[in-house]
Amino acid sequence: MSSEVRFTDFKSDKQPTWCPGCGDFGTMNGMMKALAETGNHPDDTFVVAGIGCSGKIGTYMHSYALHGVHGRALPVGIGVKLANPNLEVMVAGGDGDGFSIGAGHFVHAVRRNVDMSYVVMDNRIYGLTKGQASPTSREDFETSTSPEGPKMPPVNPLALALSAGATFIAQSFSSDSQRHTEIVKQAIEHDGFGFVNCYSPCVTFNDVDTYDYFRDSIVDLDEEDHDPTDFAAAETKIMEGDKEYLGVIYQDENSVPWEEREGLTESMADVPDGAPEGAMDLVREFY
Amino acid sequence: MPEDLNWAIGGEAGDGIDSTGKIFAQALSRAGRHVFTSKDFASRIRGGYTAYKVRTAVDRVESVVDRLDILIALTERTIDENMAELHEGSVIIYDGERTTMQDVEIPEGMVGLDVPLKSLAEEAGGAIMRNVVALGVACEVADFPIENLDESLEKRFGDKGQAIVENNKEAARVGKEYVAAEYDHDFPYELETTDADYVLLNGDEAIGMGALAAGCRFYAGYPITPATDVMEYLTGRIEQYGGKVVQAEDELAAINLALGAARAGARSMTATSGPGIDLMTETFGLVATTETPMVICDVMRSGPSTGMPTKQEQGDLNMALYGGHGEIPRFVVAPTTVAECFWKTVEAFNLAEKYQIPVFLVSDLALAVTEQTFPPEAFDMDEVEIERGNVVQADEVDEWVDEKERFQPHAPTEDGVSPRTFPGTPGGAHMTTGLEHDSLGRRTEEEEVRVEQVQKRQRKVETAQANEEWDYREFGEPDSDTLVISWGSNEGAIREGMEFLEEEGVDVRFISVPYIFPRPDLSEEIEQAEQTIVIECNAEGQFADVIEHDVLERVERINKYTGVRFKADELAEDIKSAVGHPQEA
Repeated sequence: MSSEVRFTDFKSDKQPTWCPGCGDFGTMNGMMKALAETGNHPDDTFVVAGIGCSGKIGTYMHSYALHGVHGRALPVGIGVKLANPNLEVMVAGGDGDGFSIGAGHFVHAVRRNVDMSYVVMDNRIYGLTKGQASPTSREDFETSTSPEGPKMPPVNPLALALSAGATFIAQSFSSDSQRHTEIVKQAIEHDGFGFVNCYSPCVTFNDVDTYDYFRDSIVDLDEEDHDPTDFAAAETKIMEGDKEYLGVIYQDENSVPWEEREGLTESMADVPDGAPEGAMDLVREFY
Repeated sequence: MPEDLNWAIGGEAGDGIDSTGKIFAQALSRAGRHVFTSKDFASRIRGGYTAYKVRTAVDRVESVVDRLDILIALTERTIDENMAELHEGSVIIYDGERTTMQDVEIPEGMVGLDVPLKSLAEEAGGAIMRNVVALGVACEVADFPIENLDESLEKRFGDKGQAIVENNKEAARVGKEYVAAEYDHDFPYELETTDADYVLLNGDEAIGMGALAAGCRFYAGYPITPATDVMEYLTGRIEQYGGKVVQAEDELAAINLALGAARAGARSMTATSGPGIDLMTETFGLVATTETPMVICDVMRSGPSTGMPTKQEQGDLNMALYGGHGEIPRFVVAPTTVAECFWKTVEAFNLAEKYQIPVFLVSDLALAVTEQTFPPEAFDMDEVEIERGNVVQADEVDEWVDEKERFQPHAPTEDGVSPRTFPGTPGGAHMTTGLEHDSLGRRTEEEEVRVEQVQKRQRKVETAQANEEWDYREFGEPDSDTLVISWGSNEGAIREGMEFLEEEGVDVRFISVPYIFPRPDLSEEIEQAEQTIVIECNAEGQFADVIEHDVLERVERINKYTGVRFKADELAEDIKSAVGHPQEA
């Protein structure tokens, strides 16, 4: 582990415009710490951000980064990683980005199990558009576009990941800086797709899933006798859905990243000045 | 006019029509004959009607024509479907023992060859070879030495073992001998062979090969007719160069995967057709404003919506030019032949990286399904040059940082092209975003910066307009009063149509435009002509609109939107009638 890189090296000089007290501050700080403490360098790190409050993260961090189209952060991150497996790739987005407009990509990113981390800043609300129901909003959560609540059960992100064959499923809380950082570090170090659903409260538009609510309800798996490598135990905890667990819920220790299975190890950036050697063989195939 | 033979095999999907047709086409190609193939096919796995058509001549063939000389009909419907192309003396090969073919009536004046294809195949080793028996029959009818089939049978069946190859060779001979023995008919065909060495490939394969030649290392796509062949070609080959094909969950993901790979420094592309382009449109603006080099290929098919997915159309021109919200700088390139599919792909990658811009490579179904012969030198790999544009290495980063030592990926340079660092380059870390951004790639809504960045992106296009060749391909009589303009895959049909016209004393000047944006200025050419006709495979005349807008003058239009490509002879009639010559009764 390199001691040269400090977490502030991952910080840009742009001041966040998040509301004072926003969970995203803590979420981002933990991500930067986790990147630094796992020995990564901004020049070898690629951060992809989605759209929404969470999407601003690329601007406030310093690394190679792209802030893309709503819901498509994961495919961008996978593309980066496959084209250069030597980079550390971290994708960040919100619950709308990951479980609504980008839900399809989430499922397939989980399946593909590329070695990267994905931190969802889950505030159970659409904040940047000023307070509409999100896919993780409660069934009776009243918003401007769902006056009596969405009347649909919230997406259970952990169950979605589990059913798609996830190799690493964790949950964290932006306010618990130490545990959040530890959990993101584990996601980074995991050989495969490290998914962290981070409770990142919206202090402006969500008066239900608040700091107080999470503080009161969170159950830290470290304090339970939970073995994350035990799939059945993880499944039970995830499917119960009645507790706000914190920690690594499931990890497949035998996970082999997709790019490794495909034999990808080198950057694809370098190409010769002309057609590759022996390229006329490609033509002769058509005899 | 080429001394051509038009041959087809037709039946139901699942009858092995494609592979049989390909064996024959390859045999002709290996025998030193030029080949131009086309397909009739439907969007289904089994049943329906499908055909593989081969036009062959010793001279180059560039188009299909409305004439069919030899037809292997595995179903009665095959005959009906081709009635308009069949003529007096056409030979129809069929198996009268087949229950569904017992009542086949051969139209008057045509020659029906009732050959027990299945029974003969069984004699040779298995009913599955009945199509190959039919190929043997065709060789006899066309007076084409049957040995020429052997190599392509080996190519097709080699991996199944030598015994299977030998059985197939035998099956072909059994068919040939049956006809020779049973039919005492003097067929008017004699397929001459030459020493020429040709390769046979289609437009999708040419695009794929062009991508490999150009150093493309990453391809992401979602299967869609008629673009899937690009992905299938690259799969298994790109890996040999350290690259990867990724089958994405949808086209939204495909273009974003390709975008990620391009940001990581890989030469990256995606290919799709109209419905996929619709989804990808979401990301066009991101590619352009983040100034990410990418080749986006649209192999057009008949739309709108699901339209006629296995039929030809050039209906996506406006989409390529204007698709996406906001104003998106881009280049649009449309290859005009199968060989040009290769070269324009190579060029598209260079343009994309030199100008850090999305390049739309607009091909179409006619190019995608056409297998055409070329001398291998048509794809001379030594001619391939790779230009990567302003890629900044670690020791050059200092030249592109601001006063706070921050790298500026969108520095507003004189020519509009900014420096580019690949992730991993020390000191080059930067972000970029689909939000309007400053030179550092960070969001801004400051008016001055907004204007500066918009102008900078436009300036790249102006630089490219000034520095690159955006020329056209010209054919025919340069001083003709009649100017024909077209784009994309129609070039071959128009060129051959002109040969028909020439025989009738009609001269035209033909300009084939492969660059849609930026494009050549045709004002002088149009002014010089008395009459301008724009030919394209769509109903609205999208390219004609563009030309009219450029020159502020009305043009005449020939449009076809039946789902079938232009045919040389048909087009000659269309042009003749447009220039005022009476059509034949």
